[in-house]
Amino acid sequence: MAVDLHRFANPARFMRLTDAIFPWSLGLTVLLLASGLYYALIASPQDYQQGETVRIMFVHVPAAWMALSVYSMMAISAAVGWIWKHPVADLSAKAAAPAGACFCFLALVTGALWGQPMWGTYWVWDARLTSMLILFFLYLGYMAIWEAFDDQSKAAKAAAILVIIGAINIPVIKFSVDWWNTLHQPASVATMEGPKIHSSILTPLLLMAGAYTALFVTIFIIRVKAEILDRRLRIMRMNQVQEKGLKG
Amino acid sequence: MTRKRRRLYFVFAAVAVLGLAATLVLMSFEDSLVFFRSPSDLAEKPMPAGRNFRLGGLVAEGSVVKDGVEIRFVVTDMAENVPVRFRGLIPDLFREGQGVVAEGQLDEQGVFVASNVLAKHDENYMPPEVAESLKKAGHWEPKSEQEEAN
Repeated sequence: MAVDLHRFANPARFMRLTDAIFPWSLGLTVLLLASGLYYALIASPQDYQQGETVRIMFVHVPAAWMALSVYSMMAISAAVGWIWKHPVADLSAKAAAPAGACFCFLALVTGALWGQPMWGTYWVWDARLTSMLILFFLYLGYMAIWEAFDDQSKAAKAAAILVIIGAINIPVIKFSVDWWNTLHQPASVATMEGPKIHSSILTPLLLMAGAYTALFVTIFIIRVKAEILDRRLRIMRMNQVQEKGLKG
Repeated sequence: MTRKRRRLYFVFAAVAVLGLAATLVLMSFEDSLVFFRSPSDLAEKPMPAGRNFRLGGLVAEGSVVKDGVEIRFVVTDMAENVPVRFRGLIPDLFREGQGVVAEGQLDEQGVFVASNVLAKHDENYMPPEVAESLKKAGHWEPKSEQEEAN
């Protein structure tokens, strides 16, 4: 495993790989988002209880999935970055954070908009909603730490500690609806008995989940590339200053 | 042991310890983490009249009575029942056989006087025609909700 990681730890090779993936992920985003939205908003039936309001679910549920999986990916990246000192891994976690925070925010807002007509309230402090709000604050805290340090290697270390500690929250969010009784409904798709969603409603949901994933990969590639170039620029500037100092 | 190896073990150990700590904390706060109490919970650990809490379960079939602005119904978890009284607006999803969470307190007669009623949605999603044909075929059972309430 370590050998493979070293291959991708080389920024030049990493960028060649992401450059090759980019047009595919971009194309897939457009394709899946267009078909997903068509099925979600027009072609899928109403729900027998919720009526048209069920359509909020197609935006809400994949956003929540992404918020959890992007955070998990950040925690793993940050751990790899700290253990093996691979700068690309640190930058990957940093590059993913704003996208993950946006997915988390989207899940919270669409959840509130669904809750008002269905539950009769925008917000309750149940275990699922509260742990999801904590996840949003973890994202914000993680991004704030990167801004708080001038020394990027110190920032990477502090941010890694936060994101790894916060990873405890991920299983809590996932299983909150099983461990405690909550107002939020339990899992519908990933259950032991199989999905509890009729295929006509499940199809647009999975299309949207694919679209969000492709969208994330696309944004991630742009951002991680910018981070790598930014790092190169810093190093070049520092070298310049040093050279000037030596000459003067 | 190399430094990398040491850092790797350190991360594993730290995550294990943190996970254990989080588990213990969450287990000890169990009572405040549950969003509502079921009628069976109440039968086990009765609440004094006048103390605020949330009661959750299914709206018993055939129990809803509308009396002007007041609505009366029974919350059940198929084992125990609690009668509920409420004045105010009820959410769209409120109906017999569906999940409900009511905030309020018990009065002296053991009737739960709700100040707010929230509908609880279950994890089943399907088009109306499918629900209709399931009902006709006699496969209709809101089973998951009952398990949950218990």
